[in-house]
Amino acid sequence: MSPTQTPARNTKVMNRFDLTSRLVAKLKNQEAIVGGIGNTNFDLWAAGHRPQNFYMLGSMGLAFPIALGVALAQPDRRVFALEGDGSLLMQLGCLSTIATLRPKNLTMVVMDNGIYQITGAQPTPAAASTDLMAVAVGCGLTNSSWAADEEDFERLVDQSLTASEPMLIGVRIDDKPGTGTTRRDPVQIRERFMLGLGVREAL
Amino acid sequence: MADGQTSPMGLGQKAWYEIVLQTLKRNDVRLVPYVPDRVLTRLIKELHADPFFTTFPTAREEEAVGIVSGAWMGGMRGAVLMQTSGFATLANVLASLALPYQIPLIMFVSERGTLGEFNFGQSLVCRTMRPVLDSLAMEHHTATRIDEFEFIVDRSIKQAIATQAPVALILSPLLTGGKVFEK
Repeated sequence: MSPTQTPARNTKVMNRFDLTSRLVAKLKNQEAIVGGIGNTNFDLWAAGHRPQNFYMLGSMGLAFPIALGVALAQPDRRVFALEGDGSLLMQLGCLSTIATLRPKNLTMVVMDNGIYQITGAQPTPAAASTDLMAVAVGCGLTNSSWAADEEDFERLVDQSLTASEPMLIGVRIDDKPGTGTTRRDPVQIRERFMLGLGVREAL
Repeated sequence: MADGQTSPMGLGQKAWYEIVLQTLKRNDVRLVPYVPDRVLTRLIKELHADPFFTTFPTAREEEAVGIVSGAWMGGMRGAVLMQTSGFATLANVLASLALPYQIPLIMFVSERGTLGEFNFGQSLVCRTMRPVLDSLAMEHHTATRIDEFEFIVDRSIKQAIATQAPVALILSPLLTGGKVFEK
């Protein structure tokens, strides 16, 4: 039994890379994606680099705040944020900030495997006891739900593309590591992201 | 004068918080998330009252740093307000986000822990601030005089943006009046 199979959640255990690929395949309007630390952005990278992708290399827990900043700066662009459960636990307060500001164009995905996979698969303090979607709803993010399976995840992503309030999608995932490895060049990552968002022109 | 919110120069001279507000505006810095401090009360109130600004509290200082970093990449300039103890929580995000990604993070830090501090914790954590800034070779200035303040704020914002580097502007009790034991 994997640590993800807690009694609190009656949802299918899926795969991070598969779900990330499904999400990316749906994006046709240069939507931004902010990938959180570690496996979350490794799989975003592996799903195929896009100019509107931002990869975090540190600052654990800040994928949602960074995406919120992008969403506030560009209200006409849909912004996605991909975050791990352990990362979100480091910055739960941001759920209240986002619930209060209610950006219409922000969709958040929590990849929940209940473990710190990258450091040796130790269980998180929340793994056995905490329902992160219930936490989010309690923070005021009323449009927060677990995806039952891949099809349900795709349905929720479709719904979020035209949503008029922030959305949070929880997915239970397996204990597999990331599929690729992001090229760790922060300046290039940032500059290419700004080019992709139309903020900069190439030299 | 008692709350340090009025100018030490007397009538006719702009107060420090008016200078911050006007200089942010002149440099098109619109997004101002903060974790509050007593000394910053008047500035925060004025920011909320001005529709030019998008200003709101965050749960932690590093959350605010993430928000203004994302906003800058999306084309919107921002600055973060905090107090000394809040700055002490930022070493990781400075070293892993603002500095390596070359983000012009503008920080206003209300200085606690010196010149009449009454809280042991504040006086101790204050000692970590400049060593952290210096160890990361970050630009920082301590504003003590109202006559120099606009120059420091305006030039620092412009340099941060031009050189894509973070800057910390430390607001000394000599400028703001600080927070005193009576309150």
